Amino acid sequence: MTLAAELGKPITLPTGPRIPARRRAVQISPSALLPFLLPLAVVLLWQAATSFGWITNRLMPAPIQVVWAFWDKLVTGELAVNIQASALRAISGLLVGGSIGFLLGLANGISRLSHALTDTTLQMLRTIPNLALIPLVILWFGIGEEAKLFLTALGVFFPIYLNTLHGVRNVDPQLIEMGRVYGMNGWTLFRKVIFPGALPSIFVGLRFSLGIMWLTLIVAESMAASSGIGHMANSAREFMMTDVVILALVIYALLGKLADVIALTLERLTLSWNPAYQKPVRT
Amino acid sequence: MTPSIRTKNVWGRDIEPEYETRSPRQRRDEPGVGIRIEGLSKSFDDVPVLHDLDLEVPAGQFLAIVGKSGCGKSTLLRLLVGLDTPTSGHIGFVGPDGAETEPSARIVFQEPRLLPWASVIDNVIVGLGEGVNKREARRRAEAALAEVQLAEKAGEWPSRLSGGQRQRAALARALVSQPGFLALDEPLGALDALTRITMQALIERVWREQGFTALFVTHDVGEAVALADRVIVLDEGRIALDIAIDHPRPRQRGAADLAEIEGRLLKGIFK
Repeated sequence: MTLAAELGKPITLPTGPRIPARRRAVQISPSALLPFLLPLAVVLLWQAATSFGWITNRLMPAPIQVVWAFWDKLVTGELAVNIQASALRAISGLLVGGSIGFLLGLANGISRLSHALTDTTLQMLRTIPNLALIPLVILWFGIGEEAKLFLTALGVFFPIYLNTLHGVRNVDPQLIEMGRVYGMNGWTLFRKVIFPGALPSIFVGLRFSLGIMWLTLIVAESMAASSGIGHMANSAREFMMTDVVILALVIYALLGKLADVIALTLERLTLSWNPAYQKPVRT
Repeated sequence: MTPSIRTKNVWGRDIEPEYETRSPRQRRDEPGVGIRIEGLSKSFDDVPVLHDLDLEVPAGQFLAIVGKSGCGKSTLLRLLVGLDTPTSGHIGFVGPDGAETEPSARIVFQEPRLLPWASVIDNVIVGLGEGVNKREARRRAEAALAEVQLAEKAGEWPSRLSGGQRQRAALARALVSQPGFLALDEPLGALDALTRITMQALIERVWREQGFTALFVTHDVGEAVALADRVIVLDEGRIALDIAIDHPRPRQRGAADLAEIEGRLLKGIFK
């Protein structure tokens, strides 16, 4: 065959794993609504309880009042400012603590020396509840942004560290041996075998740390802050504005859920090779 | 390929015509390498596994190694592909010019050991190592997959394949770099009986087409007799029996003369 003929042939290259054609259902199936049934029932019961005067409005405002509080905070722009402040703290804390945890987890998973040097110390620090550090943190950083960043970063550090370490340690040694037989070493071995093998575990760590991130942030913001959802709730308490306090809780719940959904979506996208994330195919 | 090396093959397998009939596209760049093992010993924590082993394998030979578990057959393979280092002794690979070379050795394990996060074709590309451009790597991987009749699964995740298909993908990964020497460590041990028969025929075919030197470790004496030019029985780290089989291929399973060799081998193992 001449070169020209060879080049002229149509090239049909598969462009990666074939994902079974799967159309998104436009209509919502009844089963998709099931998770929302319980919250809806709670809200209805709550509205009924306040409307019929079973509980006093002063302690527990009606859901509709919370909605009004939401509207009020929204139009004054206060809500946007506070959500932005909280989200910024959350993200920066996650980035700082998460990346340190990730890097140390990798280092200690790969290098015995690094593990021997640091792991015991880290495990000791881990047993201290990070909120117990608040007095010390205030002494060190005062009540500014640094204190919140420190606490959040410390909170997210441990779950990511532990799960990254666990993930790297549990990469199938047979696959690593295979990689070595095929001439992989250093960066190639890490990129092709160790990191993808540790990824499911790293995601578990990420989802754990998201929960801790919000928890730490709420406490840190209630403690001392001039902005943020926690600050909004705390100042509302001083004026007995129960509706705003409840609103703050709802917003925390929604932000937490949002973070979890983002993490889950990332997980689904990067772990599509895993049979646990595949829809069964009928053959 | 230098035919003179081939004709010197002491095991008398007449393989020359096969190379004549092969089209130039199929012709390998690199012929099988000979293996020269001298005084090879291996101990793990002072427990000896291989004792002062001497073995000469001519280029292109299909050598089967059988023996009870713990006889050292897997250790021998691991030493040959560099997964372990010998306690003492020498392993040399001999090129067509008779000089010792650095071989391109590949191994197929009992488990497929495919990367679950890479598509089948990307797993095969792993076999090429670094430094091959993407287009060329893909073309060669596709050819290797076609060779093991798995071309249509190139884009699938390994988890979607059956056990036999996974092992075929692993074989394609080992063959894609056109190794001079291929070690097979009980590659069919985890497969069902029917898949084994198909895989045996496949391994025999690619070996005949590519001409690499094959070292096939198995615990199935019938399989060894059906595939190999020569069968070695290892017993407690020593060669207990060394039998040449020069029957024409493809061999009829259960043929009387092969059954006789099988009997001799079994007697050698359980002596």
